[in-house]
Amino acid sequence: MKTMDERPVQVGSARSGRFKKHHAEDLAGRSYTFICVALLIVIIISIVFFVASKGLSTFFRDGVSVSDFLFGSTWDPEGNQGDPVYGVLPFIFGSFATSLLAALIASPLSICASLFMTEIVPGWGKKLLQPVIELLAGIPSVVYGFVGLTVLVPFLRNVFPGQGIGIAAGSLVLSVMILPTITSVATDALSSLPRGLKESSFALGATRWQTISRVILPTVLPSILTGIVLGMARAFGEALAVQMVIGNAPHIPRSLFESASTLTSVITLDMGNTVMGSAHNDALWSMALALMFMTFIFVLLVRLLERRNRI
Amino acid sequence: MKAKLTDKIATFFIVFFALLIVAVLVGLIGFILVRGLGYINWSFLTSPPQTIRAGGGIGPQLFNSLFLLVLTLIITIPLGLGAGIYMAEYAKPGKFTSAIRLVVEVLSSFPSIVIGLFGMLLIVNLLGFGFSLFSGAVVLTIFNLPLMVRITEQAFRSVPKEQKEAGLALGLSKWKIITSVLFPVALPSIVTGTVLASGRVFGEAAALLYTAGMSTPRLDFTDWNPMSPTSPINPFRPAETLAVHIWKINSEGLAPDAAQIAAGASAVLVILVLAFNLFARWIGGVLYKALTASKRMG
Amino acid sequence: MKIKKPLLMICTLALVVMLAACGSKDTQGGSSASGTANNDKSSELSGSVLAVGSTALQPLVEQAAQKFMAKPEYSKIQVQVQGGGSGTGLTQVAGGQADIGNSDVFAEEKLKDESKDLVDHQVGVIAMAPVTNKDVGVDNLTQKQLVDIFTGKVTNWKEVGGKDEPIVIVNRPSSSGTRKTFEKYALGQKTEDLKGSIQEESSGTVKKIVSETPGAIGYLALSYLDDKVNVVKYDGVEATVENVKSGKYPVWAYEHMYTKGEPKPEVKAFLDYMASDEIQNNDVVELGYIPVSQMEVKRDADGNITK
Repeated sequence: MKTMDERPVQVGSARSGRFKKHHAEDLAGRSYTFICVALLIVIIISIVFFVASKGLSTFFRDGVSVSDFLFGSTWDPEGNQGDPVYGVLPFIFGSFATSLLAALIASPLSICASLFMTEIVPGWGKKLLQPVIELLAGIPSVVYGFVGLTVLVPFLRNVFPGQGIGIAAGSLVLSVMILPTITSVATDALSSLPRGLKESSFALGATRWQTISRVILPTVLPSILTGIVLGMARAFGEALAVQMVIGNAPHIPRSLFESASTLTSVITLDMGNTVMGSAHNDALWSMALALMFMTFIFVLLVRLLERRNRI
Repeated sequence: MKAKLTDKIATFFIVFFALLIVAVLVGLIGFILVRGLGYINWSFLTSPPQTIRAGGGIGPQLFNSLFLLVLTLIITIPLGLGAGIYMAEYAKPGKFTSAIRLVVEVLSSFPSIVIGLFGMLLIVNLLGFGFSLFSGAVVLTIFNLPLMVRITEQAFRSVPKEQKEAGLALGLSKWKIITSVLFPVALPSIVTGTVLASGRVFGEAAALLYTAGMSTPRLDFTDWNPMSPTSPINPFRPAETLAVHIWKINSEGLAPDAAQIAAGASAVLVILVLAFNLFARWIGGVLYKALTASKRMG
Repeated sequence: MKIKKPLLMICTLALVVMLAACGSKDTQGGSSASGTANNDKSSELSGSVLAVGSTALQPLVEQAAQKFMAKPEYSKIQVQVQGGGSGTGLTQVAGGQADIGNSDVFAEEKLKDESKDLVDHQVGVIAMAPVTNKDVGVDNLTQKQLVDIFTGKVTNWKEVGGKDEPIVIVNRPSSSGTRKTFEKYALGQKTEDLKGSIQEESSGTVKKIVSETPGAIGYLALSYLDDKVNVVKYDGVEATVENVKSGKYPVWAYEHMYTKGEPKPEVKAFLDYMASDEIQNNDVVELGYIPVSQMEVKRDADGNITK
């Protein structure tokens, strides 16, 4: 409210009528914008509250212990082998495996793409790749899944042993989906580098690659890592495209080409079939809670990286 | 001359990978269009889907996608603009502001499925809106809001300081400066950003499965009363969007031509996204010209 | 949360009002208050019916709903049909959000106490058959062989008289009604999820994967069967409508539409229409189900069969 007190000094106390109008106008504007911001906070609190209240009932109401849930490797929610067992380790493994692999595939490609746009051919390189990257970001995930299932899976089945379905297919689809995220963050970082940095390196007689690998990349490394973490966060949360190509067996697979599951794929598979309030359904909400928790970790990582970047 | 050679090899790889990405995109879009374009015609775009017979279309789904976009924007724009303006103009550096920044960041990285489930629990079940366009629009708003806030904040921050100072010198109120001095200058980038962000609405399926539903009631396109259940513009009816429809016919399609419909619908979706990209650039340019020119005249 | 909930409600309400206001601008002619038109009270039945649940049953209910609303005597009733899965349907009908909950399984199998209030309306019978990829060289499997395959005792087709080729299982998730039916009536026992087995929720995807993957086996509802997959006889009995009706072929289940307590008049009208010959003899058959009335055997929730 301090800014409002400063205002009359500028406006002049002689025009007090006008000042009143200003005051009302300002108050209205300020309140409106503040309500919008407050709504953001209400939204996030209610998301956390509702997902947590559902997700925690697995532990409090259904009596599953947290460690059995997170580190148990048997998933038998319907009790096909006796008592129901809720171990989600295979899904956590699947989620991490697919998103890490996807980041591993996408990162070098993205870094090359952004170097291409900023260092190699800054002119037409950017004109060519920028729209390509934006389009890749715009293609809906169901279309990625559809293409993955009709093209990628048969291809993998013919080339590698196994059924084509699995973590390999999932992470390949994901890598294309997160390419734009990493590329745009890396490109922003590269193009905001001070010109002098590069020029002094060239002046010392360094080749372009020497400049890139010894000067440019080390400088922008935290930003690129930020992009990779953001990409991984997206891969971790992606549901439909992965579910279509991963096979959904609730086990830790023996190879990259064997049917596996992720947290998101199990949720999409079972949510509609289970009755709300049943232990099986609660376990799915606990997985959603785990996804949410991972989001916090990813955001935290990004924050840490940005702090490093600032120094 | 080892350094020179390494440089050549590295350059080759960078160019190779960059072109590989272009090839992937061309391959993807080419595949989708080649498989789908042959199936697209006027009746495919306008007729309702068929359950078990061939020859169904995607008319209602196409309409639903567009209408859902409009609904989402109606909710998102006022809220996003407000919050963005607050962040750019009113927020002072401090704990509260950095907390809001954290909220925006977290919201924008929430997996869509988590937001969809939240929507199902609160809006669909607890508040009793059922599977409806409205529930879907609220959920999509939660996605788009952080983006919108960022776009608005950046647009306002990039307005030259002199313009604001000129307003202050004229004795205008802060709110007046925001609405009549800063807003017109920030508008082109806000519009471009909004249109680009809208593309997400078309593509989103995971969250809508749980909120907007997977069915479309019989629509009567002569009935424009928003309260009537068969009216296409009734926001409280369930609606299946194009992306959800692709998901559904891929998985449950009984019609003999389900595969072609999925391909055709994918092509339509990709074309829409393409069109949105081009439109965003065009409208940004047009607005920029119009607004800067009018200033010179005035 | 006590303070936050009302605030959220208010915000939501504000949005609703805003939306309604925006929407009414589009009304061509007529006053904006004409929204009450469909609430007219007359001697005819009016109101709305919401049916939610099973995606397998959704096409049939949708088709019936369209025919129902086209009838002059029911033109004031609005029937809305939504998917979401059997679990969602049962949740919503038990919770009162929906009038009808569509389900592939008996409510007793999913709900504990709430199922007592639910009234079952059986609208059709769905049968399913084991299917394999066309290359396996097997056209008949006994119950024992199927159990061995789905429990992982047999992993190669040559052990059941086929080609020398590894078996790829394409199962449904453990929550699926289709899987429950298959396990109960084809295998006679529950099975665990084997390592390396594929799980897909939807019939379309199962069919696609079985038809493309060498050595694959899965199971599909009769309406999905065609020459892309190899339909296997069960204990020598072919999965045909006649064999299901006579009780010779055991792998089938009812499609249920549940109401909470006795239905409202308009809901009852719709359910009666679903059970009428007009739907049972046309749409039910057309969509690959078998009319309940034509079944020569009956079954209860525990699987006991009566003639």
